[in-house]
Amino acid sequence: MKWRPSELRVRKLGMIYSYPMGVWLLVFFVIPLAIIFLYSFLTRDIYGTVKYPFTLSAYQAMFSKSYGVVLFRTIWITVLSTVLCLLLSLPAGYAMARSKNQTFLLFLVMVPFWTNSIIRIFAWITLLSSEGILSHMLQSLGLLDQGMDLMYNNGAVVLVLVYMYIPYSILPLFTTIDKFDFSLLDAARDLGATKFQAIVKVLLPNIKSGISTALIFTAIPIFGAYTVPQLVGGKESTMLGNIIVEQVQKARNLPLASAFSVVLCLASTFGVLWMLKDAGSSKTKSSLSQQAKVEANVKLSHQGDSNERA
Amino acid sequence: MTQEIIFRTIHCTNDLPYGGIGKPLNTFPVAASHITRAFGDFKALDDVSVTINAGEFFSLLGPSGCGKTTLLRIIAGFDYPDSGSLTFDGKDILDLPPEKRHVNTIFQTYALFPHLSVYDNIAFALKLKKRSKEEIDEKVWRFVRMVQLEDHVFKKPSQLSGGQKQRVAIARALINEPNVLLLDEPLSALDAKLRQNLLVELDKIHDQVGITFIYVTHDQSEALSVSDHIAVMNKGKVLQIGTPYEIYEAPATEFVAKFIGETNYYPATVVSFESYKDEYLVKALVPELGGEVLVTDFEPQEPGKEVAYTVRPEKVHIATELHTKADRLINSYSGVVEEPVYSGFQSKYFVKLDNGSTVKVLKQHENYMDDGPDIEWKDHVYVSWSAEDGFLIKEMGQ
Ligand SMILES: Nc1ncnc2c1ncn2[C@@H]1O[C@H](COP(=O)(O)OP(=O)(O)OP(=O)(O)O)[C@@H](O)[C@H]1O
Ligand SMILES: [Mg+2]
Repeated sequence: MKWRPSELRVRKLGMIYSYPMGVWLLVFFVIPLAIIFLYSFLTRDIYGTVKYPFTLSAYQAMFSKSYGVVLFRTIWITVLSTVLCLLLSLPAGYAMARSKNQTFLLFLVMVPFWTNSIIRIFAWITLLSSEGILSHMLQSLGLLDQGMDLMYNNGAVVLVLVYMYIPYSILPLFTTIDKFDFSLLDAARDLGATKFQAIVKVLLPNIKSGISTALIFTAIPIFGAYTVPQLVGGKESTMLGNIIVEQVQKARNLPLASAFSVVLCLASTFGVLWMLKDAGSSKTKSSLSQQAKVEANVKLSHQGDSNERA
Repeated sequence: MTQEIIFRTIHCTNDLPYGGIGKPLNTFPVAASHITRAFGDFKALDDVSVTINAGEFFSLLGPSGCGKTTLLRIIAGFDYPDSGSLTFDGKDILDLPPEKRHVNTIFQTYALFPHLSVYDNIAFALKLKKRSKEEIDEKVWRFVRMVQLEDHVFKKPSQLSGGQKQRVAIARALINEPNVLLLDEPLSALDAKLRQNLLVELDKIHDQVGITFIYVTHDQSEALSVSDHIAVMNKGKVLQIGTPYEIYEAPATEFVAKFIGETNYYPATVVSFESYKDEYLVKALVPELGGEVLVTDFEPQEPGKEVAYTVRPEKVHIATELHTKADRLINSYSGVVEEPVYSGFQSKYFVKLDNGSTVKVLKQHENYMDDGPDIEWKDHVYVSWSAEDGFLIKEMGQ
């Protein structure tokens, strides 16, 4: 294929402009990832570093009972928090898209980003601890035993995770719902759909890309969550992220930490691939049976024509 | 090629699915009375009353922003009036949600579902009703054949042309067997030629299904050519309801006269009246025409009353010689052709009268059967029309 000079120049420039980004990604992303991948197949030595030979022992260790429990817990906390985020942000995104004060509401969603996440988690701790406002209120209402707090359990972990990641779910949903043509909902009602049916059969399929983006944007960081279970969770709240830190800092078992990291990365990659596949599959293909139907019906209407002419 | 397509299209609509059903659909009259709908301080509909007979082709005609869509949305159930009532077949239905009204709408922007194929768009209502797969398939294909979309059934709306989208919208609405079909400027996005064809098609469909059509348009020629009755609207008010003939020949208000077709429009004062045949002959002073004119009217007009006098350009006779006819009362003026505008089958002349006013004249082009010289720029001419051709407008300013 031949390129006209101007096109050639544009393509060359494009390549040159992308080099810094490529170098950056190579040095700070691809190489570290490769090292982690490599480590996960090595064995730990007595000094806390790694040594040969290649084994699968790290991966085998992952399937021991105690880690299996953590893996299972990480999965259900991720699924539950992600679904809660989605369920809460669908109506929120819808309301924002239909509101006249979009900019202001958008501003409200963004405000938390301006505060350090640790500070925001501590804010929740003050709410949930035994001296906190919320616990205090529930205690005086007799709904909570004196001296008990609402923290250090999985419920608190899910609550704070939902709080932390809900903006990542609201924003993509808001942008897709904002582009949605609301007269389609009228059309659905017109054709006999109830309000609920119109939402399910017309709104949701048309904002699929926003939904999958929202799911990925919340599920991936929650799956790797570390600070939240660490600070508001209890003994039974350990998640994969905590295990990795523990293995690196305390147990000094780099291969095992790497193996967990590889699993996290793979899970995220599959998630992103699923999202991309979903975005690209809007093309229509007509199958053979559809072709046959078309031909049969074209014939039928031609017959109708000639019958009338005869 | 184009000719053939038009032929096939019109030909095939004679073979509508309803022929197969063997019965015209049920329909009912629609009556809106004293409907008012305000957005903030702005009254989009101001005390609107219309009565629409069962099975008729009724048009709502008016300029952009006059409240046509708002009225249609209230009838469909998407909007709720601040006051007034709406009845179908005599029953108040304002509190029924849209899905229970047995009314379907063809939207101004079609509102086809982008995520569904043409087939699934048309099948949407039947699937909601949980009909069997075979029944849905059979019926959808019947409607697909009716609107000539066999080759496009499995495409998405984004892959269709404007006219094809419009056909999908028609099929999608009619498959639901509505009692009333609402059409919100369904042709406005199409080019002139296609618009004509589809209009004829809509008219045929209307004849076949026999249900009430409420057709919104801002195109007066569309409304005049297919409607049984027209309601002319402006600024949220209904100004006149009548047959196309009444609306054109006897507009009730200044706005209706100027909006429907073209007209020469002059302020006038009633001088006197007398009985004439089975009407009245009114003498009116029209300063712009430099004196009194004779005009017939159905009612006696009180002398001194401020009115407007108007005559349609195509009713004006133009010739280089003075036109006389013994048995007619004729108003005649002499002037000079200022600006002839040639437009194919007809020409428009702006004739400057001796007193400085202008009269617009439309003249069908002569064939060789008629004689008489062509009228050209700067020609000295006589313009004339009979007393029956002009009319008086009694409601000015709206
Ligand atoms: N939801 C709304 N909020 C505020 N004003 C509105 C709303 N809907 C309609 N209007 C106003 O009401 C008036 C009538 O609107 P409508 O859509 O009925 O006009 P229309 O006759 O259908 O015009 P067009 O021929 O351009 O479609 C317009 O001036 C419009 O600005
Ligand atoms: Mg409109």
